[in-house]
Amino acid sequence: MTTVVPTAPTPAPQRERVIGEAILDVRRLTKFFPIRGGLLRRVTGQVRAVDDVTFSIRQGETLALVGESGCGKTTTSRCILRAIDPTSGELLFRTKSGGTVDLAKLSQRQLRPLRPQLQMIFQDPFSSLNPRMTVLDISGEPLLINGMRKRKDRIDRVEHLMQLVRLRPEYMRRFPHAFSGGQRQRVGIARALALNPRLIVADEPVSALDTSVQAQTLNLLLELQNTLGLTYLFVAHNLGVVKHISDRVAVMYVGQMVELAERDALFSSPKHPYTAALLASVPKPDPRLRQQRTPLPGEVANPADPPKGCYFHPRCAFAVERCKVERPAWEQLEPGRWVRCHRAKELTLPGISAA
Amino acid sequence: MTIPDDVLISVRDLQTHFVSDEGTTRAVDGASFDVRPGKTLGIVGETGCGKSVTARSILRIVERPGRIVGGEILLRRAKGVVDLVDLDPDGREIRQIRGGEIGLVFQEPMTSFSPVHTVGDQVIEAIRLHKKLDAAKARARAIELFGMVGINRAAGRLGEYSWQMSGGIRQRAMIAMALAGGPRLLIADEPTTALDVTTQAQILDLLRRLQRETGMAIMLITHDLGVIAEMADDVVVMYLGRVVEQGPVDKIFHEPKHPYTSALLRSIPGVQNQARVMLPTIAGSIPHPFARPAGCPFHPRCTEAIKGVSDVVVPEQIDLGGRHVVACHLYDAEAAREPAAGAAREPTAGAAR
Repeated sequence: MTTVVPTAPTPAPQRERVIGEAILDVRRLTKFFPIRGGLLRRVTGQVRAVDDVTFSIRQGETLALVGESGCGKTTTSRCILRAIDPTSGELLFRTKSGGTVDLAKLSQRQLRPLRPQLQMIFQDPFSSLNPRMTVLDISGEPLLINGMRKRKDRIDRVEHLMQLVRLRPEYMRRFPHAFSGGQRQRVGIARALALNPRLIVADEPVSALDTSVQAQTLNLLLELQNTLGLTYLFVAHNLGVVKHISDRVAVMYVGQMVELAERDALFSSPKHPYTAALLASVPKPDPRLRQQRTPLPGEVANPADPPKGCYFHPRCAFAVERCKVERPAWEQLEPGRWVRCHRAKELTLPGISAA
Repeated sequence: MTIPDDVLISVRDLQTHFVSDEGTTRAVDGASFDVRPGKTLGIVGETGCGKSVTARSILRIVERPGRIVGGEILLRRAKGVVDLVDLDPDGREIRQIRGGEIGLVFQEPMTSFSPVHTVGDQVIEAIRLHKKLDAAKARARAIELFGMVGINRAAGRLGEYSWQMSGGIRQRAMIAMALAGGPRLLIADEPTTALDVTTQAQILDLLRRLQRETGMAIMLITHDLGVIAEMADDVVVMYLGRVVEQGPVDKIFHEPKHPYTSALLRSIPGVQNQARVMLPTIAGSIPHPFARPAGCPFHPRCTEAIKGVSDVVVPEQIDLGGRHVVACHLYDAEAAREPAAGAAREPTAGAAR
């Protein structure tokens, strides 16, 4: 290690990013999917995909939603966008005009004027772009639908958007197949930005990308947030990516949120045993940090038939009698820190120390 | 045909190409490395680097229009060293080796099992292909294998179909089947990529335990440098069909020599790194296979490329000692003669952040 690496990490330009008030309050959100069976297709059970989830997203922050497959993170984000209808709960959204509406109560028709404020970045840059439309049409379509009738105006706006996402504006008349995976993901980001949204839901936006391209995309998302003051709900399973991009992190397990905290607090001193187990499971890219660890035993509970008491107790090394019978409540342990665990106050769990 | 005593399988200058009307994809283009008995070799690289085709070439299951056009794959067998490239891909000998001496675990356990036969029947079939056992003994062996890979109630689970199993159990069953022939080498191609992180930890733990118990070598193919750091003894880094760097795991992570290796290591957002800083990136993206750069395949994205050399001459494998080998002009005294500042531009730093 004799020379200085020219591309050493430099802090992102912090244009005094202001994190403001909550723009979305999710209260006791649930989404149950019916299981039908038998000759008459009667409802025989419920999959508790989202099971009593409460949290808020603040203006200008990145809130990461993490968990393993089937934990309900994607269903939660889709309920917020009303891509699916929640079973119960409130989605209090502060609109651009300053009013507060409950997205859960609105009809699709009533939602339409609010749609520009809620946008989405998808996981797969291959299937989320129409192969028969040019980049201009893909990014320009939301503009057209929302009243930008003149093609010239749309071209100007798309040109600006392409500069924002670091694509050459000359390419706007090309079709998606002419772009690499990383470039396509930029087109998807440009489309999401077209209408100046207040909240962007990004569902696994970098998991389909190779490591070298993933870093470019994460940098872009950070940079756009710093310059445009965007608010992200970032759904992901990769804890390295989550650590890198988030301000606060919410961990989900079998449809429930089990912990929500500031990023550094969550990574360095987790309060829920599941969070600690997740952190311990991440392979660290350094062979000198190999450790004898005991993997979390067992498997994720079935959301159609969750265990009694705490959903995590069959796999939890700290479970006591109470955990088997009484369902823990979602409680604020200290300011900004929410946990769903009977023993959160007494446990000291290992986290990840910074290198 | 000889290979050193401490080598189980030696891949030498392997070339596997896919020829189609549009052009030739040189999926593997001169890869050389050794697998040592009882050790884990990690092969890492991004999409299209040829890591999976390398594995398929060893097993001789490259699908058409792919074909091995050059090189040797020397495997040490009881009766001497054989070159797998010379074998008939449908012949008797390779069928003994495939599933017998070399077991295979795929990424997607969902598609690797037949959905219309029970998992037990498939494992028993694999056992009887390689061991002369009657049905009852083979069944007992299957139960034993299920126990080895940590599947509870093994006897009952044999009667299940793959789609009735969870991802983690299915991958365990896949590993049990790969162990059926008592392999000396287990090739695991992205064995945990489709799994959740806690299940991944269980499977990696299982592979380590099985290696301790059976002494088999593991060739672990993955794009995840974290998994490599956790598991491998030796590492091969591939880019566009070529091995750009290989060596002991600690060297690769702490003293990477190839600019691609160090750039790749720096670009991972790690759980231990400082949050919300700009990650160092690798410019551009992986080229289309038909638009393969001349010279060093990495030179268009390389900050250290030497004009007139890197874009013309394919770099040789340079032995740095201690089993550390790099294919880069920066370490070739003759190619890097141009500026005397060779030391100053040596790419350094990697995991040591």
